[in-house]
Amino acid sequence: MKYWNEKYECMSRDEMTSVQSERLIKTVNRIYNNVPHYREKMQKIGLEPGDIKSIEDLPKLPFTNKQDLRDTYPYGLFAEPLSNVVRLHASSGTTGKQIVVGYTHKDLDSWADAMARTLVSVGTNKDSFVHNAYGYGLFTGALGVHYGAEKIGATVIPISGGNTKRQIQTMKDFGSTILACTPSYALFLIEVMEEMGIKKEELQLKAGVFGAEPWSLNMRSEIEEKLGILAIDIYGLSEIIGPGVSSECSCKSGLHVFEDHFVPEIINPETLEVLPPGSKGEIVFSTITKEAFPVLRYRTRDISSLNYETCACGRTLVRMNRVTGRSDDMLIIRGVNVFPSQIESVLLNFGEVAPHYQLIVDRIGNLDTLEVWVEMTPVLFSDEVKKLEDIERRIREEIDFILGISAKIKLVEPKTIERSEGKAKRVIDKRNL
Amino acid sequence: MLVKQLSVFLENKLGRLAEVTKILGEKDIDISALSIADTTDFGILRLIVNKPEEAEQILRENGIAVSCTNVIAIAVADKPGALAKVLQILDNVSIGIEYLYAFVGKNKDEALVIIKVEVPEKAVETLEKSGIRVLSSNEVYKL
Ligand SMILES: [Zn+2]
Repeated sequence: MKYWNEKYECMSRDEMTSVQSERLIKTVNRIYNNVPHYREKMQKIGLEPGDIKSIEDLPKLPFTNKQDLRDTYPYGLFAEPLSNVVRLHASSGTTGKQIVVGYTHKDLDSWADAMARTLVSVGTNKDSFVHNAYGYGLFTGALGVHYGAEKIGATVIPISGGNTKRQIQTMKDFGSTILACTPSYALFLIEVMEEMGIKKEELQLKAGVFGAEPWSLNMRSEIEEKLGILAIDIYGLSEIIGPGVSSECSCKSGLHVFEDHFVPEIINPETLEVLPPGSKGEIVFSTITKEAFPVLRYRTRDISSLNYETCACGRTLVRMNRVTGRSDDMLIIRGVNVFPSQIESVLLNFGEVAPHYQLIVDRIGNLDTLEVWVEMTPVLFSDEVKKLEDIERRIREEIDFILGISAKIKLVEPKTIERSEGKAKRVIDKRNL
Repeated sequence: MLVKQLSVFLENKLGRLAEVTKILGEKDIDISALSIADTTDFGILRLIVNKPEEAEQILRENGIAVSCTNVIAIAVADKPGALAKVLQILDNVSIGIEYLYAFVGKNKDEALVIIKVEVPEKAVETLEKSGIRVLSSNEVYKL
């Protein structure tokens, strides 16, 4: 099975435009009639549902921010009576209160369809065993993968996160073929496998779908090599639906956006203008099939770009480039824009440093300081001081070369940097304290 | 004739040295020599122990960055110029010394020195030819 839903994954641009136009018009009408918050926002700029005649009119609509979700907490943006809502999910923001999203039966079905497309693109089929190590619960990750895999008819192993030794034993005993988890947890699994003395050949893994946090190409190589699998990047956020907004195919050259459900735009986060294809900026999504929790032009804060060329896999779906940072996670250090992923790529290009690091930003007097903690690994370690000092120097010079800022490099003992089995905390910014 | 030395990465945090020695002590590993090379940020603890393979395993299991290196142990007379003579012998055959440290042996008139060079086999051969006493690994581990 090459595609899960060939009709939508491979349709021409003209067909897609007309599908999107029809669905957008319907969505805008429903939202205007059912959600006072959106209606007021449209009225404020003198916009009526009738002004939206095709997908070309998308930029006329107001943006939705996370703040809109907080202001209307918990159910203010729902476009369906709660009696039609069959599921809630929530995500805890790092700042502020949590946000709540809801799904109707049809929403869950669209979501499962999108996740099925993702899983099929790495070869998942009825015979696959999907080892689902995303944390089950209010977080959308696990259930998104779960329903997508079941829709295909694969066997789901709903192991959830944690208890890593048991995970590995289960993978081995149950014959897991597809791994689903965060990339940092995949690296942690590899570490524990090494400690347990279990070799990749003892597992049946063939592919993995990794998401919920940005990761570098070097992390991908490490996961692919050490687990002997194809590793793809999947992207999603609960405000849009959860995982399955977009995903890479086996070509690994951008993430196909399931744009018959979620329409992407790239904007300049400062001026808010829509940027032409290929430009780097903040990616914004509008949902055009969702019933319970539709959003228009939701600002993700993720930095990406769009590519409308047909992929080598045959899919015509627009591809978004791997997220390279967040417009709000972007650090401004001594006036220089710094994305943590840039520093990660510097570290990983050494090839000898396992990707556990942390950035500590502080302000001493009026000067911003950047300290990069890098965890010692067996490969990196030497019994000679000068070799370790040499590694520190090379990392420092490389960061200076790429970013134009000087950083202090600090080698730290293994497992010093806090491991989270979900998202990794990469930045500590002490300047706000 | 080569001696196995364990090197341990330590951040310069209070108590880490004590922790490492405690972990080894609890597993009946005896330390015969110990030296620390440090910078302002980190240190490298170098250890000679009675059961190096076992000790390496134990430290690794405790999440400590550790590596094992071959070094040479020699005995030199405890008098001025004795060590300089040894260094000269190695220098004469262009063997560079990466680091060295001394420790106390059983004989009062003898200092024991651990030397790390790039080519330990050749260094042992050269030193023995020049009449320097090179200690066997068993001899060192039992100290
Ligand atoms: Zn493709």
